[in-house]
Amino acid sequence: MNQPGRVERSSLGWLVLIAAVVGGSAAAFAYTAGWLTPGRLTPDRMIAALTPPSGPPLGHRRNHAKGICFTGMFEANGSGVELSRAKVFVQGRYPALGRFNLGTADPNAVDATVRVRGMGLQISAADGEEWRMAMINPPFFAVSTPDAFHDLLVAAGKKDPEAMKTFISANPEFAAFAAWAKAAPWTGSYAEDSYNSLNSFVFTNAKGDEHAVRWSLVPTAAPTSIAQAELEKRGPNFLEQEITNRVRSAPQRWTMVTTVADPGDPTADPSKAWPENRRKVQVGTLVVQRIEPERDGPCRDINFDPTVLPQGVRVSDDPFPAARSSVYRKSYDLRAAEASDYPRTEVAKP
Amino acid sequence: MTNAPQHFAPIQRLLHWLMAICIIAMLFIGVGMVSSVAQKYLPLILIHKTLGVALLVLVLVRLALRLHFGAPPLPADLPPAMKLGARLSHLLLYGFMIVMPLLGLGMLWAAAYPVVLYGGIRIPALLPQSDHAHTLFWNAHVYLGFAFFALVLLHLAAALFHALIRRDGVFATISPLPQRQRMKPTE
Repeated sequence: MNQPGRVERSSLGWLVLIAAVVGGSAAAFAYTAGWLTPGRLTPDRMIAALTPPSGPPLGHRRNHAKGICFTGMFEANGSGVELSRAKVFVQGRYPALGRFNLGTADPNAVDATVRVRGMGLQISAADGEEWRMAMINPPFFAVSTPDAFHDLLVAAGKKDPEAMKTFISANPEFAAFAAWAKAAPWTGSYAEDSYNSLNSFVFTNAKGDEHAVRWSLVPTAAPTSIAQAELEKRGPNFLEQEITNRVRSAPQRWTMVTTVADPGDPTADPSKAWPENRRKVQVGTLVVQRIEPERDGPCRDINFDPTVLPQGVRVSDDPFPAARSSVYRKSYDLRAAEASDYPRTEVAKP
Repeated sequence: MTNAPQHFAPIQRLLHWLMAICIIAMLFIGVGMVSSVAQKYLPLILIHKTLGVALLVLVLVRLALRLHFGAPPLPADLPPAMKLGARLSHLLLYGFMIVMPLLGLGMLWAAAYPVVLYGGIRIPALLPQSDHAHTLFWNAHVYLGFAFFALVLLHLAAALFHALIRRDGVFATISPLPQRQRMKPTE
């Protein structure tokens, strides 16, 4: 028996053991944090890849940095109840808040130069339960995985023309997106574009039946195709000016169309569109009633994280929503900390 | 050192070890999830939020038990500096256990995120959106999280020091095993 309080020579072994336990725990913590594996794709690395050479858009979202807020209503027609027990599918009107945006890291981008347009949307049930989504106008995504998206950003940021060739040969699915980007018609209004979830989600109805779905917000306004060169003449902010004037004269509408997957459809790969003949269910109408600039608008404070889902909707095996959630969170943390670089003009919030 | 008469009450020991496992899991989940874009990010963050709120409830119960039952005295021969260190570190551990979940909730509220726990349990927001508050709480949650982990390691090292080197009965007061089975046969 040792004498209490006396550290003897035999204790040396125990000291080494204690040091090993503490050191091992610290090493495990560092590994979990990714500090020992710089090759791991982290939100920080994704944001670094999104950041243009001129520097980050301080105070703004790290992607889809240019945007304008809207508010309105989601009018559910009740048809969605068959697919999902989400409260906002019960026939009725629900407050909607959103943001039209451009797929660029430049908050001052010239509207006619940005190929991808997007819509962030939040629909709130009567009890406050929220559903957030972030959709874009291409009919399928550029790549199959978040890692490939990171590689795309890195390759596109390089001056070396071989970089994109190497990327495309490693990610052949990108060819379809490149063809869309080149050939798809441009419209002159946010109100004439369709916005697609691209990612698949799982709807669960009251009976517990599950369906993999994607959805689109399809404009009731007829799209008019306009040459990009023509749009360039309309000024750097024509989309924001146009939607402001258009909504001031009349509310704008989109039909929310849910597409139900057949068994075997590629739910995990948003670069693969599902066949056209899949069942489509119109679940309601988004009515945009008011436009406000982002700087002081209600969409500024919202992270349109596509994993903020109501009961009755959950993520599928699509890897993107989790990655988007993680990266959007980081983007929000950054831009909130940089709020003084994008000051509000109204009375400052506390 | 089987003559030390006072120990933590069984319910206190149970809570100590249950919370110890959960807190270590929380620290690892926290630092792991924010460095991941994988699909496991979503279940990890759900566990982190749910366990965090559960731990906030548990620490309040534990604090009440501590005030009710008290704590066994430290050995009389423990140097004053170590006694002070023990008292301060326990005070800090309680502080972290209370403050960390509150900062976590606060940073979510201040970012206008709905707080939805496992099973769809929703925690109402008690703070409005605020860039300034979000940044403050987020930084505090992150850096105090690192400090919490360092303190947990120190606590672990001190516990092993008492159990293996000083063998002064301090570890026995909180040991998860009944007193008589504590000694290893080789001893």
